[in-house]
Amino acid sequence: MGRARFSWIVPTLYIIFLLLPIYWLVNMSFKTNQEILSIFTLWPQNPTLANYRVIFTDPAWYNGYINSIIYVVLNTVISVAVALPAAYAFSRYRFLGDKHLFFWLLTNRMAPPAVFVLPFFQLYSAFGLIDTHIAVAIAHCLFNVPLAVWILEGFMSGVPKEIDETAYIDGYSFPRFFTKIFMPLIASGIGVAAFFCFMFSWVELLIARTLTTTDAKPIAATMTRTVSASGLDWGVLAAAGVLTIIPGALVIYFVRNYIAKGFALGRV
Amino acid sequence: MLELRDVTKVVGRETHIRGVSMALERGSLNVLLGPTRSGKTSLMRLMAGLDRPASGDILMDGKSVVGVPVQKRNVAMVYQQFINYPTLTVYENIASPLRVAGRDKATIEAEVRKAAALLRLEPYLERTPLELSGGQQQRTALARALVKGADLVLLDEPLANLDYKLREELRAELPKIFAESGTIFVYATTEPSEALLLGGNTATLSEGRVTQYGPTPEVFRNPVDLVTARTFSDPPLNMLKVTKRGDRFHGPQDTAIAAPASAMALADGTYVLGFRPHHLYLDPPGPQAVALKARVAVTEITGSESFVHLDHGGERWVALAHGVRSIEVDEDLTVYLDPQRLFVFGSDWLLAAAPALRSAA
Repeated sequence: MGRARFSWIVPTLYIIFLLLPIYWLVNMSFKTNQEILSIFTLWPQNPTLANYRVIFTDPAWYNGYINSIIYVVLNTVISVAVALPAAYAFSRYRFLGDKHLFFWLLTNRMAPPAVFVLPFFQLYSAFGLIDTHIAVAIAHCLFNVPLAVWILEGFMSGVPKEIDETAYIDGYSFPRFFTKIFMPLIASGIGVAAFFCFMFSWVELLIARTLTTTDAKPIAATMTRTVSASGLDWGVLAAAGVLTIIPGALVIYFVRNYIAKGFALGRV
Repeated sequence: MLELRDVTKVVGRETHIRGVSMALERGSLNVLLGPTRSGKTSLMRLMAGLDRPASGDILMDGKSVVGVPVQKRNVAMVYQQFINYPTLTVYENIASPLRVAGRDKATIEAEVRKAAALLRLEPYLERTPLELSGGQQQRTALARALVKGADLVLLDEPLANLDYKLREELRAELPKIFAESGTIFVYATTEPSEALLLGGNTATLSEGRVTQYGPTPEVFRNPVDLVTARTFSDPPLNMLKVTKRGDRFHGPQDTAIAAPASAMALADGTYVLGFRPHHLYLDPPGPQAVALKARVAVTEITGSESFVHLDHGGERWVALAHGVRSIEVDEDLTVYLDPQRLFVFGSDWLLAAAPALRSAA
């Protein structure tokens, strides 16, 4: 009984510690620079939307968001489109070296992205792709395709092979079976895979910043370049941070029921 | 007519099907009977065209179909697991083969309604399969197989995962439902009683080989060899190794059994006697009965029947007795054999003599 009465303490503390930085970010985004730098306040004394106004009116700021969203969506579409057939092959067919190839895919995620920065920069320069959205989208495939393959393979292996065979017996051709029967079956898996691709591409900074200069500059890069003559613009930076969280929060809402399975790479 | 000619299937180093030859007539009901891993499913997959045989030929109406992809063959298959398309409604599940074939809307509607009425799925057409009970899910799969009007319908233990009552019900209906369509109907089962209830022809399988194929009662009464007899008996056939000298079989423990008329002409030598569990009696069945001593190992009571597992010499026997018997484990029991009901197998395991038909059963 005594134990049950205080059982709420630990989760509450945990959530407070988790949410504190986010609260502080939101808090700062509604303050003026003067208030941020001068006094300690738990909530804005003079709430202002000026910081947000700066972001939504200054092309240097809002273009960052547009660029990020363009290459992130491109990357998600490419990653999932490439991973779907690959995952199907891994889940349904046995071929020479299939297990090794499957594991090798994951090892791509084990190298720090910094390792790939130099070769990527050289290669993309050679092909004239520097500062384009597609360059970042393709570069991020290096991490996202293996991840999407692993997640989708897990979901696909949960579908009995007999469903495929029943469809073939019914007369379905492979493409028709895949789009009409199979993809709806693993819709949640596709959603989760897309979410993970979105997230990783959205938060990745190093490669995105190296491969872009102005036209495709991501928001995270914009945020690192806000030091002006008058010092850091704290309020605007905080507002930009808040806006960066929103797309991820939106996407996570749609796949919230499948996220745990996704983190287990579909193997639950 | 579906004809298999010396079909063999090898997976890795294992041979799943070895040298199977059989011919299935149109409009016939064929039961594949065998224990698990005897090759029933492998054989069905070969017939359907899901797998290619390693050697041998499969002909449909005289034409080889080995290279024909499964989409081009007119077959239907129902699995032991309830396999439907979970994202489609029951209606769309049943309509699926017709939609792929590009039939017009009215035909599809009529066919689906007809099949749904036959399998009593009408109230559930708008639900998805996962909202149905197991029996209804399997009926959906059966309805899909039915609407297709396939030349070859393969049912792989379709009732194994259903509860007892549903199984009884569906088993009685299945042959009727598919009979009028004039298809080749193949039904795999592990249960001898199911084969007998379905009738038709039975092929007994053992370790990837078809040991016998013929009319079901014929296979049951005159199994060609010991393996077939054991496959077609549940619990398996009891066995007793004996030596024939003159008109008597001599077994271990000084057993002497008078040879039945059917076995009288057999040459002296070693034989194996086979008798079904319900022909091993706990009470003497008549004056000709032979008494044997056995020790009780296990007893199982099902309600109307008792299974008594007995040890006799090195053999484990099962006796099936009516009613509930109170028999203690490790008790020494006198059991009885009726020489008229004995199968006699030679030392090569081939049938030497079968019990005569009982004139009045």
